[in-house]
Amino acid sequence: MKAFLLTAVMLLCLALVPTAVASESQPTLAEIESEVVCPTCHTTLDQSSSPVAQRMRTFIRARIAAGDTKSEIKRRLVEDFGDQVLASPPKRGFNLFAWVLPPVGAVVAAALLAVLAVRWSRRRDTEAGDAPASDPALERRIDDELARLDS
Amino acid sequence: MSVGLRRAGQVLAIAVVLALLAVLAWRVVKDSEGGAAAALRRGESPVAPAFDLERLDGMGRLELESLRGKAVVLNFWASWCIPCKKEAPLLEAAWRKWRSKGVAVVGVDANDFRSDARRFARRFKVTYPLVHDGPGRLLDDYGLAGFPETFFVRPDGRLSSWKQGELSAEEIETGIRGALAG
Repeated sequence: MKAFLLTAVMLLCLALVPTAVASESQPTLAEIESEVVCPTCHTTLDQSSSPVAQRMRTFIRARIAAGDTKSEIKRRLVEDFGDQVLASPPKRGFNLFAWVLPPVGAVVAAALLAVLAVRWSRRRDTEAGDAPASDPALERRIDDELARLDS
Repeated sequence: MSVGLRRAGQVLAIAVVLALLAVLAWRVVKDSEGGAAAALRRGESPVAPAFDLERLDGMGRLELESLRGKAVVLNFWASWCIPCKKEAPLLEAAWRKWRSKGVAVVGVDANDFRSDARRFARRFKVTYPLVHDGPGRLLDDYGLAGFPETFFVRPDGRLSSWKQGELSAEEIETGIRGALAG
Protein backbone atom coordinates (compact mmCIF):
# COMPACT_ATOMS: atom_id res chain seq x y z
CA MET A 1 0.00 0.00 0.00
CA LYS A 2 2.83 2.37 0.96
CA ALA A 3 4.69 1.63 -2.27
CA PHE A 4 1.53 2.25 -4.28
CA LEU A 5 0.96 5.63 -2.60
CA LEU A 6 4.59 6.65 -3.08
CA THR A 7 4.45 5.76 -6.78
CA ALA A 8 1.21 7.71 -7.20
CA VAL A 9 2.68 10.83 -5.57
CA MET A 10 5.82 10.59 -7.71
CA LEU A 11 3.77 10.19 -10.89
CA LEU A 12 1.64 13.20 -9.93
CA CYS A 13 4.79 15.29 -9.35
CA LEU A 14 6.19 14.22 -12.73
CA ALA A 15 2.90 15.10 -14.41
CA LEU A 16 2.99 18.60 -12.91
CA VAL A 17 6.57 19.38 -14.03
CA PRO A 18 5.77 20.10 -17.72
CA THR A 19 2.87 22.39 -16.67
CA ALA A 20 5.18 24.38 -14.39
CA VAL A 21 7.86 24.62 -17.08
CA ALA A 22 5.31 25.76 -19.67
CA SER A 23 3.92 28.33 -17.23
CA GLU A 24 7.43 29.73 -16.69
CA SER A 25 8.52 29.83 -20.32
CA GLN A 26 5.16 30.71 -21.92
CA PRO A 27 3.18 32.58 -19.28
CA THR A 28 -0.32 33.89 -19.89
CA LEU A 29 -1.59 37.33 -18.97
CA ALA A 30 -4.16 35.78 -16.60
CA GLU A 31 -1.44 33.91 -14.67
CA ILE A 32 0.72 36.97 -14.14
CA GLU A 33 -2.30 39.16 -13.37
CA SER A 34 -3.08 36.95 -10.38
CA GLU A 35 0.51 37.13 -9.10
CA VAL A 36 1.02 40.89 -9.37
CA VAL A 37 -0.48 43.68 -7.25
CA CYS A 38 -1.77 47.01 -8.52
CA PRO A 39 0.33 49.61 -6.64
CA THR A 40 -2.48 52.15 -6.20
CA CYS A 41 -5.38 49.87 -5.20
CA HIS A 42 -3.39 47.04 -3.51
CA THR A 43 -5.45 44.26 -5.07
CA THR A 44 -4.16 41.77 -7.61
CA LEU A 45 -4.10 43.07 -11.15
CA ASP A 46 -6.97 40.82 -12.26
CA GLN A 47 -9.25 42.65 -9.82
CA SER A 48 -8.24 46.17 -10.75
CA SER A 49 -9.17 48.50 -13.57
CA SER A 50 -7.19 51.51 -12.35
CA PRO A 51 -5.12 53.43 -14.93
CA VAL A 52 -1.83 52.01 -13.63
CA ALA A 53 -3.26 48.46 -13.67
CA GLN A 54 -4.29 48.91 -17.29
CA ARG A 55 -0.83 50.20 -18.14
CA MET A 56 0.76 47.22 -16.37
CA ARG A 57 -1.46 44.84 -18.35
CA THR A 58 -0.31 46.43 -21.60
CA PHE A 59 3.29 46.06 -20.44
CA ILE A 60 2.82 42.37 -19.54
CA ARG A 61 1.15 41.62 -22.89
CA ALA A 62 4.05 43.28 -24.71
CA ARG A 63 6.65 41.32 -22.72
CA ILE A 64 4.81 38.02 -23.33
CA ALA A 65 4.75 38.82 -27.04
CA ALA A 66 8.48 39.59 -26.88
CA GLY A 67 9.07 36.08 -25.49
CA ASP A 68 9.98 36.96 -21.89
CA THR A 69 9.61 34.27 -19.25
CA LYS A 70 7.35 34.78 -16.24
CA SER A 71 10.36 35.41 -13.98
CA GLU A 72 11.76 38.00 -16.39
CA ILE A 73 8.46 39.87 -16.56
CA LYS A 74 8.12 39.87 -12.78
CA ARG A 75 11.75 41.03 -12.39
CA ARG A 76 11.07 43.96 -14.73
CA LEU A 77 7.98 44.91 -12.73
CA VAL A 78 9.94 44.72 -9.47
CA GLU A 79 12.63 47.00 -10.95
CA ASP A 80 10.05 49.73 -11.44
CA PHE A 81 7.58 49.12 -8.60
CA GLY A 82 9.61 47.33 -5.93
CA ASP A 83 8.98 43.98 -4.23
CA GLN A 84 5.52 45.14 -3.13
CA VAL A 85 4.27 44.57 -6.66
CA LEU A 86 4.46 40.80 -6.10
CA ALA A 87 1.38 39.17 -4.55
CA SER A 88 3.65 36.61 -2.82
CA PRO A 89 6.77 37.93 -1.12
CA PRO A 90 10.07 36.90 -2.77
CA LYS A 91 11.90 33.95 -1.16
CA ARG A 92 14.91 35.92 0.00
CA GLY A 93 16.08 38.28 2.76
CA PHE A 94 13.59 39.24 5.44
CA ASN A 95 10.69 38.06 3.22
CA LEU A 96 11.94 34.50 3.69
CA PHE A 97 10.29 34.59 7.12
CA ALA A 98 6.87 34.76 5.44
CA TRP A 99 7.61 31.42 3.74
CA VAL A 100 9.45 29.70 6.57
CA LEU A 101 7.37 30.72 9.59
CA PRO A 102 3.99 29.11 8.68
CA PRO A 103 5.35 25.54 8.18
CA VAL A 104 7.72 25.91 11.16
CA GLY A 105 4.81 27.22 13.25
CA ALA A 106 2.62 24.29 12.16
CA VAL A 107 5.34 21.76 13.06
CA VAL A 108 5.98 23.41 16.45
CA ALA A 109 2.23 23.56 17.19
CA ALA A 110 1.80 19.89 16.24
CA ALA A 111 4.77 18.88 18.43
CA LEU A 112 3.40 20.93 21.31
CA LEU A 113 -0.03 19.33 20.96
CA ALA A 114 1.52 15.85 20.84
CA VAL A 115 3.56 16.51 24.00
CA LEU A 116 0.52 17.92 25.82
CA ALA A 117 -1.68 15.01 24.72
CA VAL A 118 0.86 12.47 26.01
CA ARG A 119 1.19 14.31 29.32
CA TRP A 120 -2.58 14.59 29.79
CA SER A 121 -3.15 10.88 29.05
CA ARG A 122 -0.33 9.90 31.47
CA ARG A 123 -1.81 12.10 34.19
CA ARG A 124 -5.24 10.51 33.70
CA ASP A 125 -3.76 7.02 33.94
CA THR A 126 -1.94 7.98 37.13
CA GLU A 127 -5.08 9.52 38.60
CA ALA A 128 -7.06 6.34 37.74
CA GLY A 129 -4.32 4.22 39.31
CA ASP A 130 -4.34 6.35 42.45
CA ALA A 131 -8.08 5.99 42.98
CA PRO A 132 -8.76 4.43 46.43
CA ALA A 133 -9.78 0.81 46.41
CA SER A 134 -13.37 0.22 47.38
CA ASP A 135 -14.03 -0.76 51.00
CA PRO A 136 -15.37 -4.39 51.18
CA ALA A 137 -17.43 -3.57 54.27
CA LEU A 138 -19.01 -0.61 52.56
CA GLU A 139 -19.69 -2.68 49.41
CA ARG A 140 -21.37 -5.32 51.54
CA ARG A 141 -23.48 -2.73 53.31
CA ILE A 142 -24.63 -1.18 50.01
CA ASP A 143 -25.55 -4.63 48.65
CA ASP A 144 -27.58 -5.31 51.81
CA GLU A 145 -29.38 -1.95 51.53
CA LEU A 146 -30.22 -2.59 47.86
CA ALA A 147 -31.45 -6.12 48.61
CA ARG A 148 -33.64 -4.77 51.40
CA LEU A 149 -35.09 -2.14 49.08
CA ASP A 150 -35.80 -4.77 46.40
CA SER A 151 -37.58 -6.99 48.90
CA MET B 1 9.47 20.37 33.01
CA SER B 2 11.05 22.33 35.87
CA VAL B 3 9.20 25.23 37.46
CA GLY B 4 11.95 27.67 36.41
CA LEU B 5 11.78 26.60 32.78
CA ARG B 6 8.00 26.81 32.78
CA ARG B 7 8.12 30.32 34.30
CA ALA B 8 10.68 31.41 31.68
CA GLY B 9 8.40 30.09 28.92
CA GLN B 10 5.44 32.02 30.32
CA VAL B 11 7.48 35.24 30.56
CA LEU B 12 8.69 34.77 26.97
CA ALA B 13 5.15 34.18 25.69
CA ILE B 14 3.87 37.30 27.47
CA ALA B 15 6.81 39.33 26.11
CA VAL B 16 6.08 38.19 22.53
CA VAL B 17 2.37 39.05 22.87
CA LEU B 18 3.22 42.50 24.31
CA ALA B 19 5.73 43.15 21.51
CA LEU B 20 3.11 42.23 18.87
CA LEU B 21 0.56 44.52 20.56
CA ALA B 22 3.12 47.36 20.58
CA VAL B 23 3.77 46.90 16.85
CA LEU B 24 0.01 46.89 16.17
CA ALA B 25 -0.53 50.06 18.26
CA TRP B 26 2.39 51.82 16.54
CA ARG B 27 1.00 50.92 13.12
CA VAL B 28 -2.54 52.10 14.00
CA VAL B 29 -1.22 55.41 15.39
CA LYS B 30 1.04 55.92 12.37
CA ASP B 31 -1.81 55.25 9.93
CA SER B 32 -4.21 57.54 11.74
CA GLU B 33 -1.72 60.42 11.68
CA GLY B 34 -2.33 60.79 7.92
CA GLY B 35 1.14 62.06 7.03
CA ALA B 36 2.24 65.62 6.34
CA ALA B 37 -1.01 66.56 4.56
CA ALA B 38 -3.03 65.86 7.71
CA ALA B 39 -0.64 68.00 9.78
CA LEU B 40 -1.07 70.88 7.31
CA ARG B 41 -4.83 70.42 7.55
CA ARG B 42 -4.55 70.81 11.32
CA GLY B 43 -2.78 74.14 10.78
CA GLU B 44 0.71 72.85 11.59
CA SER B 45 3.87 73.37 9.53
CA PRO B 46 5.60 69.99 9.72
CA VAL B 47 9.08 69.33 8.43
CA ALA B 48 8.83 67.98 4.89
CA PRO B 49 9.49 64.20 5.08
CA ALA B 50 13.02 63.55 3.83
CA PHE B 51 13.83 61.55 0.72
CA ASP B 52 16.80 60.45 -1.30
CA LEU B 53 15.56 59.19 -4.67
CA GLU B 54 16.95 58.22 -8.04
CA ARG B 55 16.76 60.96 -10.67
CA LEU B 56 14.97 60.08 -13.89
CA ASP B 57 17.43 62.03 -16.04
CA GLY B 58 20.26 59.68 -15.06
CA MET B 59 22.06 62.34 -13.00
CA GLY B 60 22.36 60.21 -9.86
CA ARG B 61 20.14 60.83 -6.87
CA LEU B 62 18.39 63.82 -5.36
CA GLU B 63 18.08 64.40 -1.65
CA LEU B 64 15.47 66.86 -0.39
CA GLU B 65 17.97 67.99 2.25
CA SER B 66 20.28 69.28 -0.53
CA LEU B 67 17.65 71.91 -1.40
CA ARG B 68 17.60 73.41 2.11
CA GLY B 69 17.72 77.21 1.77
CA LYS B 70 15.45 77.17 -1.27
CA ALA B 71 11.67 77.12 -1.49
CA VAL B 72 10.63 73.85 -3.12
CA VAL B 73 7.58 73.01 -5.18
CA LEU B 74 7.22 69.27 -4.64
CA ASN B 75 4.85 67.81 -7.21
CA PHE B 76 3.73 64.16 -6.96
CA TRP B 77 2.70 62.79 -10.33
CA ALA B 78 2.55 59.74 -12.59
CA SER B 79 2.56 59.41 -16.37
CA TRP B 80 -0.86 57.69 -16.37
CA CYS B 81 -2.46 60.58 -14.44
CA ILE B 82 -4.46 62.82 -16.77
CA PRO B 83 -4.47 66.07 -14.71
CA CYS B 84 -0.68 65.70 -14.38
CA LYS B 85 -0.42 66.22 -18.14
CA LYS B 86 -2.21 69.54 -17.86
CA GLU B 87 -0.17 70.93 -14.98
CA ALA B 88 3.29 69.84 -16.21
CA PRO B 89 3.63 72.84 -18.60
CA LEU B 90 2.57 75.20 -15.78
CA LEU B 91 5.18 73.74 -13.43
CA GLU B 92 7.81 74.03 -16.17
CA ALA B 93 6.89 77.70 -16.67
CA ALA B 94 7.12 78.32 -12.91
CA TRP B 95 10.51 76.57 -12.80
CA ARG B 96 11.87 78.79 -15.58
CA LYS B 97 10.51 81.92 -13.92
CA TRP B 98 11.59 81.21 -10.34
CA ARG B 99 14.72 79.04 -10.55
CA SER B 100 17.07 82.03 -10.30
CA LYS B 101 15.14 83.40 -7.32
CA GLY B 102 15.80 80.64 -4.81
CA VAL B 103 13.01 78.29 -5.87
CA ALA B 104 13.29 74.66 -7.00
CA VAL B 105 10.60 72.55 -8.65
CA VAL B 106 10.89 68.79 -8.12
CA GLY B 107 8.61 66.17 -9.64
CA VAL B 108 8.22 62.90 -7.72
CA ASP B 109 7.06 60.22 -10.15
CA ALA B 110 5.40 57.45 -8.13
CA ASN B 111 3.71 54.10 -8.91
CA ASP B 112 4.94 54.34 -12.46
CA PHE B 113 7.28 52.83 -15.06
CA ARG B 114 10.54 54.75 -15.44
CA SER B 115 10.30 54.48 -19.22
CA ASP B 116 6.79 56.00 -19.22
CA ALA B 117 7.93 58.81 -16.92
CA ARG B 118 10.88 59.64 -19.21
CA ARG B 119 8.57 59.63 -22.23
CA PHE B 120 6.23 61.98 -20.35
CA ALA B 121 9.14 64.34 -19.57
CA ARG B 122 10.20 64.43 -23.22
CA ARG B 123 6.65 64.94 -24.45
CA PHE B 124 5.98 67.87 -22.11
CA LYS B 125 9.52 69.24 -22.35
CA VAL B 126 10.04 69.05 -18.60
CA THR B 127 13.45 70.33 -17.53
CA TYR B 128 12.94 70.56 -13.76
CA PRO B 129 14.39 67.66 -11.74
CA LEU B 130 12.31 64.48 -11.69
CA VAL B 131 12.84 61.63 -9.25
CA HIS B 132 11.40 58.12 -9.28
CA ASP B 133 9.58 56.52 -6.34
CA GLY B 134 8.20 53.45 -8.11
CA PRO B 135 6.95 51.64 -4.98
CA GLY B 136 5.43 54.92 -3.71
CA ARG B 137 7.19 54.73 -0.33
CA LEU B 138 6.91 58.51 0.15
CA LEU B 139 3.16 58.61 -0.39
CA ASP B 140 2.24 57.58 3.17
CA ASP B 141 4.78 60.00 4.70
CA TYR B 142 3.19 62.89 2.83
CA GLY B 143 -0.36 61.51 3.27
CA LEU B 144 -1.25 61.52 -0.39
CA ALA B 145 -4.83 60.76 -1.38
CA GLY B 146 -4.17 60.62 -5.14
CA PHE B 147 -2.39 62.23 -8.07
CA PRO B 148 -1.44 64.94 -8.58
CA GLU B 149 -0.68 66.59 -5.26
CA THR B 150 1.75 69.43 -4.69
CA PHE B 151 3.51 70.55 -1.51
CA PHE B 152 5.22 73.89 -1.03
CA VAL B 153 8.32 73.70 1.15
CA ARG B 154 9.80 76.72 2.90
CA PRO B 155 13.56 77.41 2.72
CA ASP B 156 13.86 76.11 6.32
CA GLY B 157 12.52 72.70 5.23
CA ARG B 158 9.04 73.06 6.70
CA LEU B 159 5.87 72.73 4.65
CA SER B 160 3.85 75.89 4.11
CA SER B 161 0.88 74.63 2.07
CA TRP B 162 -0.32 71.89 -0.26
CA LYS B 163 -2.85 71.35 -2.99
CA GLN B 164 -4.73 68.17 -3.85
CA GLY B 165 -5.48 67.82 -7.55
CA GLU B 166 -4.52 69.86 -10.56
CA LEU B 167 -2.86 73.23 -9.95
CA SER B 168 -3.56 76.46 -11.80
CA ALA B 169 -0.81 78.96 -12.64
CA GLU B 170 -2.17 81.30 -9.95
CA GLU B 171 -2.08 78.58 -7.30
CA ILE B 172 1.54 77.79 -8.14
CA GLU B 173 2.43 81.48 -7.87
CA THR B 174 0.58 81.84 -4.54
CA GLY B 175 2.16 78.68 -3.16
CA ILE B 176 5.68 79.81 -4.08
CA ARG B 177 5.19 83.27 -2.61
CA GLY B 178 3.79 81.72 0.57
CA ALA B 179 6.78 79.38 0.88
CA LEU B 180 9.25 82.22 0.33
CA ALA B 181 7.46 84.44 2.86
CA GLY B 182 7.31 81.68 5.48
